[in-house]
Amino acid sequence: MGNYQWNWGILFEEVYGTGEFYYQWVLNGLGWTVAVALSAWVIALLVGSLIGTLRTLPNKWIAGLATAYVELFRNIPLIVQLFLWFFVLPELLPEAAGMWMKQQMPLPEFFTAMVGLGLFTAARVAEQVRTGILTLPRGQRYAGLALGFTLAQTYRYVLLPMAFRVIIPPLTSEFMNVFKNSAVALAIGLTELTFQMRQITGEYAPANPIEVMSIVSVIYLILAFSVNRLMAWVERKARVPGFISAGGK
Amino acid sequence: MMQPLDWSVFFNARDFLLQGFMYSLSLTAFATAVGIVLGTLLAMARLSGIQPLATIAAAYVNLFRSVPLLLVIFWFYILVPLLAGVPVGADKSAYITFAIFEAAYFCEIIRAGIQSIPKGQVAAGQAMGFNYWQNMRFVILPQAFRNVVPLLLTQVIILFQDTSLVYVVGATDLFGAASKVANRDNAPVVMYAGIAVVYLVVSFSLSRAVKALHTRIAIIR
Repeated sequence: MGNYQWNWGILFEEVYGTGEFYYQWVLNGLGWTVAVALSAWVIALLVGSLIGTLRTLPNKWIAGLATAYVELFRNIPLIVQLFLWFFVLPELLPEAAGMWMKQQMPLPEFFTAMVGLGLFTAARVAEQVRTGILTLPRGQRYAGLALGFTLAQTYRYVLLPMAFRVIIPPLTSEFMNVFKNSAVALAIGLTELTFQMRQITGEYAPANPIEVMSIVSVIYLILAFSVNRLMAWVERKARVPGFISAGGK
Repeated sequence: MMQPLDWSVFFNARDFLLQGFMYSLSLTAFATAVGIVLGTLLAMARLSGIQPLATIAAAYVNLFRSVPLLLVIFWFYILVPLLAGVPVGADKSAYITFAIFEAAYFCEIIRAGIQSIPKGQVAAGQAMGFNYWQNMRFVILPQAFRNVVPLLLTQVIILFQDTSLVYVVGATDLFGAASKVANRDNAPVVMYAGIAVVYLVVSFSLSRAVKALHTRIAIIR
C-alpha cells in the first residue's frame, strides 16, 4: 500500500495499443447499464402491474397462478435466473428456436439481461402493486361497482390510479434496484459499467484500481440519486390533494 | 426434439455441491451475525444526538445502499489484499465484503425498529436511572428487535440468495460449485436447473417460515 502510485487522471489515458481511451470504455459501460436498466424497468412495470393486479382478483385460480409467478421469481437468485435464460432455455426449447437463440438472436447478452432482469424485478413490482391495491379502503371497490362499472373498469378508473400513487416510494427503491442489479448481467457477458471497471482494473490498468473503482462508484451514486429525484418529481406531480399528504417531500 | 436430461452429472457432483452449499450457508451466517452487530451500532449512531456521528453513519449507509453489491464485491476483492499486503483469496474476502455491505441494510431495519418504540419507553428507562447503554440494552433494543424480526429474517433470505454473486470472483459457493461442474462436464442444463431448484426450495421454505412467524407475532401483539 505504501508505494501505491496514485493517478486520478487514469481515465483520460490511452489504453495501451488500442487507440482508445479508458473513459470511452467507462462511457460505453454506462450506456449499456442505462439501456438495460431502463428497458428492464419497462418490462418490470408492465408485467409487475399485471401480475400484482391478478393477485387481487376474486378468481382463486388466476390469483394462485400470479402468486406462483411471484414466488418462483423471488426465490431464485438473479444470477441463476440469468444463467437459466442464457444457457438452459435454448437447450429446452424446440431445436429451431434454441438454435435461433444461440446463433441468430441479435445482441444476445443485452436481450437476455433485459428480459431476465425485467421479469425478476416484475415479481417485486407485483408485490408493491398488490400491497397498493390492498391498502385502499374496501369501499373504493364497492363504490366503483356500485357506479355500474365492470370489475375491469373499477380497476382501470378507481383502484389502480390510487394504488399506483400510494406505492411510488417503494417503486422508487425498485427503480434504483434495477440499476444496481443490472451489474449482475456482467456474468453473461454484457459489457455494462461494472464489467468495464473489472476489465480496466484487471487486465489493462492493474496499477490504479482504487481510482477506477472510485470513479465508477460515483457514477452509480449519481445514477441512484437521479432516479431518486426523478421519482420525487413524479410523486409531487401525481399527488392527490388532501389524500396522500406525506407525498413528494 | 431434445434428449432426456441426464441428471447423473448433478447427482455425482453432490459432495462438491454440498461443500459449496455449506460455504453459502456459512457466508450467510457470518454476514448476518456481524452485519446485525455493526448495523445496530450504525443505527444507534444514526439516531444519536452527536451530529458528526449521525452524519458519518448516514453516509456509510447511503453509500452502500446506492452501489451494486457486485461492485462492492470487486472493491473488496481488490482492496483487501492491497491493504493486507498479502493475497487473501476470494473465499475469505467475501466474508468481509458481505458483513460490511449487509450492515448498511440491517442498520435501516434496526433503525425502523428503534423508531417504532414509543418515546415514553426511553423516558421510563431514564427514570429508572439507566444510562444510555443500559437503556438501549435492557429497554429499547429488545423491543426494537422483536418488532423487526420478520424484516430481519426476510433480509437474511435475500442475503442467502445474494451470496451467489461471489461466483464472479471465483469463490466456490453453491452457484460457483455448480458452474465449475457445468464447465468441466459440459452439462449446463442439469447443473443450473438443479441448483435453481435448490435455491427455490430453501428460500421458499424459509420465507414460508417467516410468514408463519409473522402471523404468530401479529396475534401476540
